[in-house]
Amino acid sequence: MTENTAAAQVGSTRVKRGFAEMLKGGVIMDVVNAEQAKIAEDAGAVAVMALERVPADIRAQGGVARMSDPDLIDGIRETVSIPVMAKARIGHFVEAQVLEALDVDYIDESEVLSPADYVNHIDKWAFTIPFVCGATNLGEALRRINEGAAMIRSKGEAGTGDVSEATKHIRQIKGEINALAAMSRDELYVAAKELQAPYELVLEVATTGKLPVVLFTAGGVATPADAAMMMQLGADGVFVGSGIFKSGNPAQRAAAIVKAVTFYEDAKVIADASRGLGEAMVGINVSDLAAPHRLSERGW
Amino acid sequence: MAGNQTPKARVGVLALQGDFREHAALLRSIGADVVLVRRPEELDSVSGLVIPGGESTVMDKLGHIFGLAEPIRARIRAGMPVFGTCAGLIMLADEILDAAAGQQTLGALDITVRRNAFGSQQASFEVALEVPSFDGAPVVAVFIRAPIVERVGPDVEVLAALADGRIVAVAQGPIMGTSFHPEMNGEPRFHRRFLDTVAAAHASE
Repeated sequence: MTENTAAAQVGSTRVKRGFAEMLKGGVIMDVVNAEQAKIAEDAGAVAVMALERVPADIRAQGGVARMSDPDLIDGIRETVSIPVMAKARIGHFVEAQVLEALDVDYIDESEVLSPADYVNHIDKWAFTIPFVCGATNLGEALRRINEGAAMIRSKGEAGTGDVSEATKHIRQIKGEINALAAMSRDELYVAAKELQAPYELVLEVATTGKLPVVLFTAGGVATPADAAMMMQLGADGVFVGSGIFKSGNPAQRAAAIVKAVTFYEDAKVIADASRGLGEAMVGINVSDLAAPHRLSERGW
Repeated sequence: MAGNQTPKARVGVLALQGDFREHAALLRSIGADVVLVRRPEELDSVSGLVIPGGESTVMDKLGHIFGLAEPIRARIRAGMPVFGTCAGLIMLADEILDAAAGQQTLGALDITVRRNAFGSQQASFEVALEVPSFDGAPVVAVFIRAPIVERVGPDVEVLAALADGRIVAVAQGPIMGTSFHPEMNGEPRFHRRFLDTVAAAHASE
């Protein structure tokens, strides 16, 4: 649609990162069909993540988890007017090409699906569509940004309803950013080596005191208070996966989490939003998960 | 770019969702006294309001849930200057095409906007945009799943249009809206114009 404006540039870094800026202060919800997508939109989601199974079901059912069926994604795109994201496997650049061809708004190169490449992530600069990637620490976040990610989400432990890993990862990333910001210039070379991240990005983070892209939190958020805690810990917004549609009253819980993210510093609003939500997702304690079943350890 | 001293009336940035921090930072960088507005009492303390980019359906819902929509409408009727970017422009329009079910507007601009008019995020773009009323270089305009203005009423001033004629910036009295995001790349001229409007309205009170 931009062919008439001669110098218009699509897919620039500013356009890719800028879209994530518009999602800030919002909740992105996992949905597996058009009906759920509608519930999410009506509840005030800023975007939906289209996938075949929510992480809790991937965990329960096992097997290889892949990109969703294009029919499912199309059905969701036709139902809602808010942005639609979809997941590709780590390193699976052809799934990413397919999602780009399906004209979704954002691709999540996600550890929730089974990795397709245990060495390389997708070269995200090669795409017009922007990518969000997971990270458990600052070095991982900067490596993904170096590969072209336009948004980062801390990983947490998806499909558990246990917020402890989300807390750990956002604290880790924020803590490492603060540590960089406090360093003198000559210490940054070694910091870059230790973070296994490009010096230029390390310098940028040290100078600005923040990531060059928007930072959301994901993985285990199940209640309004969980979501508000992530915001108070410095997240720009929250992904909620299994926590909504594996609960007793998805519409009400979704709306409550949206309110808690906007008024994350107002305990009275969070208290009101937390009333009478019915059953939360049952949940699994991350400490009970054997290491091979921890999704956050996928990606490097 | 009137070159006058920066006015000091307090302005608000609607902070329900979106890139409100970027607006607040840009306004502060050109000398404004800024508060974030999430509640009616915060609205009462400001002489002008910026509605940021974000998801218009979410801001609309939260504005109703938390009792801000009606007070904003009342202030607009009383002459409060408002500047909206992208989602903010949508919220200010009289009429929205391709709106979400039940989406309401503030009805401050006699225009019709089409929401998400360029298509998916892959069609989002940046372009050098001529704004005839501004001195200096063209505006670097970033369009993110942006709306366009498809109809303007007789009292609406067109501030900028794309090369193909599609309207992307308008003003009507104390109300201004852009399809794109000057706050995203530190473009100060629209915000200066907004602050000048606020100062003029403030002085005449």
